[in-house]
Amino acid sequence: MIRDTIILRVVIKLLLPAILLFALYVQFHGDYGPGGGFQAGVAAAAAIILYGLVFGVSAARKIMPQKLLFSLIPIGVLVFSGTGIVSWFFGANYLDYSPFGSDSKSGQHLGILIVELGVFITVFSTMLAIFYSFAGRSEALPSNLENDK
Amino acid sequence: MSLILASINYWVTIILMIGGLYIVVAHGNMVKKLVGLGIFQTSVYLLFLSPGKILGGTAPIISEKFEVYSNPLPHVLILTAIVVGVATIALGMALVVRINEAYGTIEDDEVHEMEQE
Amino acid sequence: MVAAVIGVIRSRNLFVVVILGGIYSFLMATVMVALDAVDVAMTEAAVGAGMSTVLLLAVLGLVKTREAPLRHSPFIPLLVCFLTGAVLIYGTLDLPPFGRQDTPTNQHVAPYYIKNSVKETGSPNIVTAVLASYRGYDTLGETTVIFTGGIGVLILLSTSRRRREKQSSKKDSLT
Repeated sequence: MIRDTIILRVVIKLLLPAILLFALYVQFHGDYGPGGGFQAGVAAAAAIILYGLVFGVSAARKIMPQKLLFSLIPIGVLVFSGTGIVSWFFGANYLDYSPFGSDSKSGQHLGILIVELGVFITVFSTMLAIFYSFAGRSEALPSNLENDK
Repeated sequence: MSLILASINYWVTIILMIGGLYIVVAHGNMVKKLVGLGIFQTSVYLLFLSPGKILGGTAPIISEKFEVYSNPLPHVLILTAIVVGVATIALGMALVVRINEAYGTIEDDEVHEMEQE
Repeated sequence: MVAAVIGVIRSRNLFVVVILGGIYSFLMATVMVALDAVDVAMTEAAVGAGMSTVLLLAVLGLVKTREAPLRHSPFIPLLVCFLTGAVLIYGTLDLPPFGRQDTPTNQHVAPYYIKNSVKETGSPNIVTAVLASYRGYDTLGETTVIFTGGIGVLILLSTSRRRREKQSSKKDSLT
């Protein structure tokens, strides 16, 4: 890991909010321009991964704890499938968002936003969890080698 | 010549596909095999996307200025396929890491030899 | 793009292979912009060029970074690849030509989506509308696949540590 380069550290700190903001923009502007939950999830995960690459994975774990991630992975899927079940309660078919709003158009719009949020949570947390498990392994490796000796 | 130009997208797809297939079949290194699988996968994305393109059309975001839009359906399918692709490749990489820990190598010939002994 | 693929085939240094793979993905993203698939291009640039390159580099930190030379002659794989390619090219003769509107692919359900998605969902981006609303089941299944993939990686990479500790404690008890 690069720990001593001050330029990288400062630039990353400046870039980090910009990337996160862009991810949120992509997420909530996905109805009108290109974007959506998948892209936003990956962009947000990339921001944290960048932080982790420069400051070390343990520092990244402090701003995005691993336990929180592990619970976020199923929460994303549950948000998605739960939306379908809520539309059952409105008397519609599974994943039919029409009854959510006053008319079917606004209902569909709201439904799309909620579902995209579910996708965002799943993609973000899965990507980050995968990165943590690979990077955590490479950090743990040298100590293991010493143990073997 | 016009025949080639009319189906140029398929030709590019097939060349990339063959390149990926060759890497997967001929090379023994597992990381390289994964990159080859990625190339093969991307060529399939191209195979899906290119028939949806309409010459003179624009990206499928409705606006009053445009009349003709490219086919949005393959975009949706490939969008999901890309993210699934990275999840499966991550799974493959996890397997590579575990194989490396078990055998100390990621060449499939060497793994095979160790199995024989 | 073809040059990047040839580079991937020829290079033995795995770092070069991974970085060339990233370059290839990025070129593919620009091709997708040319094919009007802006959403897909965005995803490919973020996922293919960014995420998988970073993950592959993380793996390279764990394994050997040189590829062993080939042991078999590459003749049979080459033959197989060329035969497959010939069959595929024969298949393209029947496929519709590039860029037309009247092909079967562009006449099936796409005109319905283009005409009605704003009216029915209020979302000008048709891709988002189809993704989340018309084909919500697909996306749900796909989210589940990502979920499963993530769980698989976590299981593969985390239980082994505990097992290794057990093994080392066994070794200690043996010695």
